[in-house]
Amino acid sequence: MPDFLMPSLGADMAAGTLVAWRVAPGQVVARGDIVAEVETEKGLIDIECFEPGTVEALHVAPGAKVQVGARMATIRSEGGAAPKASPPLPSPVTQTLTAGPDTGRRVRVSPAARARAQALGIDLAGIAGSGPSGAIELADIDRLAAVASPAAAGTVVAPDEGLAPIRRAIAAAMSRSKREIPHYYLQSRIDMNAALAWLRRENEQRSITDRILPAVVLLRATARALRDVPVLNGYWIDGQHRPVEEIHLGFAIALRGGGLVAPALHDVDRKSCDALMAELRDLIPRARAGRLRSSEMTDATATVTSMGDGGAESVLGVIYPPQVALVGFGRILDQPWAERGAVVVRPVIAASLAADHRATDGHLGARFLDALNRHLQTPEQP
Amino acid sequence: MTDAELTRLIAHELQKVAPEADPASLSPDQPIREAVDIDSFDFLRVLIALSEATGVEIPEADYGKLTTLKEMVHYFRAHLTVR
Repeated sequence: MPDFLMPSLGADMAAGTLVAWRVAPGQVVARGDIVAEVETEKGLIDIECFEPGTVEALHVAPGAKVQVGARMATIRSEGGAAPKASPPLPSPVTQTLTAGPDTGRRVRVSPAARARAQALGIDLAGIAGSGPSGAIELADIDRLAAVASPAAAGTVVAPDEGLAPIRRAIAAAMSRSKREIPHYYLQSRIDMNAALAWLRRENEQRSITDRILPAVVLLRATARALRDVPVLNGYWIDGQHRPVEEIHLGFAIALRGGGLVAPALHDVDRKSCDALMAELRDLIPRARAGRLRSSEMTDATATVTSMGDGGAESVLGVIYPPQVALVGFGRILDQPWAERGAVVVRPVIAASLAADHRATDGHLGARFLDALNRHLQTPEQP
Repeated sequence: MTDAELTRLIAHELQKVAPEADPASLSPDQPIREAVDIDSFDFLRVLIALSEATGVEIPEADYGKLTTLKEMVHYFRAHLTVR
């Protein structure tokens, strides 16, 4: 079936609410076209089509809450294969819980079960209950929730309704990370003199609208270092380490009023500082306004968090599952620095790596930090 | 542009990046970035907007002279006069 499914827009998403369709039946869509707008805990997301095709039917009405993996539309691709909304990412809710074939059959559910299912974000379509005539009862929901949640050995903690949606999303993703990923941490101090001097020279030639921020230099150096140590770039999925070739860096952006998102900048290793700065100028305001694209929510192969010049001296991050590495940068501070037997003052940054010990070891992580240092000493390299 | 007009313009641009902040309550000597909690990216956006509104070109080396409301007003007044 050429089904267009609700994509998982991150490790923490169970469902999204369709706000509007941006296509109509009969319409031809290209890869990357926006198909729908979906409200999530991280704001309004533009859902992109992953493969070209023709829209045959829309199965969900605006306002409906749709489980991850549930059918939203039928889009016939040219080859007849099913287009996917996004590259497959593991979803916190297993496929068996999401909507099965829409039979139109009315599902009988006890009020208590319905309330619990709603609180847990479980779709009841296609589920057979253990009550009279297959009615779904409270015990069925608890059983389903236990299967759905990787945490669930026994008890299931429903998300606190009092929490802001963004905090719920972060709580889910970070809890999963700390539950599943055995982190190890490494940190090195890096002399930023060469990088900042280069940046100053570059910025002197630019008007204020085109100036580059240090974060861009850090992102670019991180991407190059990942190219040198590619096993840190990719995922851990279903017990397997899956490094990938493309380097798409999630960039952690603090939201006003609390919370953060880490949308992806694509192919960072192949872009100039000017191109990356232009992308950040577009991305950061959209992230803060809650208006990102689905590819930005799903494509990151590793994440960078940078404290910036107002932040703390160092940061040791929490990996965003199913990624296997997170690179952290503290604020750049003038510090005493020993060089050729003398102590000088240099702008210094604490660069850290949090990595998944299932996938890599400290020896390899140290090679990454070495490579990062090397690239920050040669920022002028194209 | 008078000092009052400059102050209003700065408050207006700060409000754009920090909608929940109250720039009117800023005291003239308070470090702006701390007071309204904005990062280097949003601070750059504010400077770009002020540069475009006033026509004053701000070299990167001068960012350090623009940390408080008072400094900003002085800076733009001085450079507008020169023009």
